Amino acid sequence: MDTAPEETRPLLHMQGISKRYGGVRALEDAELVVHAGRIHAILGENGAGKSTLIKVMSGVVAPDQGRIVLDGAEVTFDSPAAANKAGVVCIFQELSLIPELSVADNIMISDPPTRFGMIDRRAQRRIAVEALARAGASDIHPSALVKDLPLSRRQMVEIAKALARKPRILILDEATSALTAADVSKVFDVLKRLRSEGLALLYISHRMHEIAELADDCTVFRNGQKIATYKAGTKSDNEVIELMIGREYQNVFPPKPAPNAAAKPILECRGLTWTDRLTDINFTVRPGEVVGLGGLDGQGQRELLLALFGVLRGCTGQIVIDGEPVRLASPAQASSGKVGMALIPEDRKTEGLMLPMTVRENLAFAAMDKVSKHGIIDRQAEDRLLDEMVKLLAIKTAGLEIPVGALSGGNQQKVVIAKWLMRHPRIILLNDPTRGIDVGTKQEIYQLLRRLADQGAAIVFYSTDYDELIGCCDRVLVLYDGAIKRELVGDEITEHALIASALNIDVAEAAKMARANA
Amino acid sequence: MSEWRYWFAEQKGTLLALGIFLVMFIIYTSNHPAGFTANVVQTASNKGVLLAFVAMAQTLVVITAGIDLSVGMIFLLTNCLASWLVVGGPVETTLGVIAVLLVGVLCGALNGAIVIYGRLQPIVATIATGAMYFGIALLLRPFPGGSVNEDLADALTGRLFGVIPASLVTLLATVLIIWVPFSRSVYGRAAYAAGSSEVAAYMSGVPIKRGKFLAYVLAGLLASFGGLFLTFFTYTGEAAYASGNAYTLFSIAAVVLGGVSLFGGRGSVIGAIFGAFAFRTIGDLLFVFDLDPLWQPLFQGVVLLLAVSLGAFALFRVKNRLEWFG
Repeated sequence: MDTAPEETRPLLHMQGISKRYGGVRALEDAELVVHAGRIHAILGENGAGKSTLIKVMSGVVAPDQGRIVLDGAEVTFDSPAAANKAGVVCIFQELSLIPELSVADNIMISDPPTRFGMIDRRAQRRIAVEALARAGASDIHPSALVKDLPLSRRQMVEIAKALARKPRILILDEATSALTAADVSKVFDVLKRLRSEGLALLYISHRMHEIAELADDCTVFRNGQKIATYKAGTKSDNEVIELMIGREYQNVFPPKPAPNAAAKPILECRGLTWTDRLTDINFTVRPGEVVGLGGLDGQGQRELLLALFGVLRGCTGQIVIDGEPVRLASPAQASSGKVGMALIPEDRKTEGLMLPMTVRENLAFAAMDKVSKHGIIDRQAEDRLLDEMVKLLAIKTAGLEIPVGALSGGNQQKVVIAKWLMRHPRIILLNDPTRGIDVGTKQEIYQLLRRLADQGAAIVFYSTDYDELIGCCDRVLVLYDGAIKRELVGDEITEHALIASALNIDVAEAAKMARANA
Repeated sequence: MSEWRYWFAEQKGTLLALGIFLVMFIIYTSNHPAGFTANVVQTASNKGVLLAFVAMAQTLVVITAGIDLSVGMIFLLTNCLASWLVVGGPVETTLGVIAVLLVGVLCGALNGAIVIYGRLQPIVATIATGAMYFGIALLLRPFPGGSVNEDLADALTGRLFGVIPASLVTLLATVLIIWVPFSRSVYGRAAYAAGSSEVAAYMSGVPIKRGKFLAYVLAGLLASFGGLFLTFFTYTGEAAYASGNAYTLFSIAAVVLGGVSLFGGRGSVIGAIFGAFAFRTIGDLLFVFDLDPLWQPLFQGVVLLLAVSLGAFALFRVKNRLEWFG
């Protein structure tokens, strides 16, 4: 592995790749060299051309120009199937699993073992079990339907499926963004093993510490072009981020103001319990506060947000708004003017937006009552309000009449947030809002959250990214098995404390473990 | 143990359809003046098999998240054609049967080609082709008439060993020869995958187009099985517009009763067959209770609504309101 990559023949060489979508330039004369037995990280903001590059590489889109040389021979892939056949397998950010089929069916979807022309289910199952074990996900039952699995398990199935295809080049596009911390470390072990088996791995992630841990080589893209390729560890995080955004890098997180203990809480939760997923949840949020929900993924954080927002049935305990106990039986009640709650959902594609509809339509639904009189919409008032929102959030769109689905992930998320902000919520619940979003947009969202808090909103913020919790929150409630295990305030919010309480272990013990690992 | 749980979850729709059918059928036979006799079973099975074939055809298309509004018309067209061709000696009859089935396949292939390669909405495409198929049927048989090889007809609508209805055996054979290989083949799974999530299927390199096309073609074939059997029962061909439409709509009812998801990707032909028999039995219940036949459509509709609601009961137990929309 110490051989300098320049001396061996590259496994994959993409030369002069260009691709335009209508008037938008996605890739311009892009170049990428990938070597076997190495993990190659690709960095760049959303819209930098990473996704398009991967789509070209895996046969989803055809480039306008350029050539792909695989193992010394020029190739063209006209479909994902053709790329798979040549050993280029991609784990897409948007899951490629089929919800109504079983895990085993999904793992062997494109090339199942057959006997007499029929799928040999026993053999298929055996291979699926092996693949799951290789991916470190033996806890998943091969007969389970994919739609019944939580997001993090689906992602593991996706990885197992890729491995079952015996790839030579494995592309991971934000493959860890839905995973729990425990799964991430398992997947990392798998990836390191694959590297030692001689695979080339392409790793796309917005999480810098993951790249620092995994990558051998890094390539930075910006505006559809390759900016630099360098050996991992030769540049500092700040230098890398400067390469990515092309300008001086300022602190990502806005400063936290001193807490105002005198303010009366807007939101209070007393003994909130729901089935076996939430147990006796008690906390308060004051105006101006950003309260984080921490812990391992799937410990009840999502359920807590849904319970507050009136989605879950059969909750016991009390939700108190402005000192008055309220009963919230639907999102409509929770978001009504009196309560003023908003929930920025986890899955913007299904819960937050109507993708085929335009930016205008998506935004206008939320603010219908603000721009209409006696049921008639005042088009001018609507235009004013929407323009204001697009400007406030710096949504990059060619206009209000563009389908939301055509925007980049970060801009879609901004539309979701804009939609709720137009109702001037007093209590803002966020469910992992920055998942799969580029650094620049993340930064804008952090600043927006703090600004809203300063204007008097109470914010409850669930994130799977510890850096965010540390950087954004005044307090963090760490959940474990549906209950609040620990509350971290101010300077107590450190990565150590977060991880320790997430795993429900002693802080001192965690420090010891960290030392042992180092 | 947990293996059983997954199997049960997968077969829930089919088992529910079986249950509904059994309940209906027990009520029916226990109130029938003749009781549970070979004769009663034979009549019930002959009537049910027609809708069962058409419902099977519908299922294949519905699995791909499509819908086929032409199945009833393929059924009529092949009936009219059979009343011309399935006549004469053994050789002639055999060739006639093959020709009729081939026409079914062609109808299905045309539907599939328009929907998959022409990228038209299944509902629109099959309304149009259905009208065409009916038009041809009408040209073939402007008036009811024709004939059929009665030896073959009687053999296939009679009883084996004096007890087992031959039509039921044919139905079973069709399931074994067509459905089982299809559902377990790569193409069958491609049809399911396309119905569940076409984008994910494409990204995974699944042969969606061929899978869907095969589903449409087999649907045409199965509808022509139905058309043949109609000829065997009636000895004639008739281009009855209302009857064709009724079969199309009833096939959708049977599919829903059979636990096949109209959103695609879930369900099986077996469930649809039970659904078809259950639906037929609902109609016959009135007869044993000696009610005015005028009540039949109303009664059939009410029972159908109740039966379909059974599947929705699970929603009352949902604790997370988001699951209502899943």
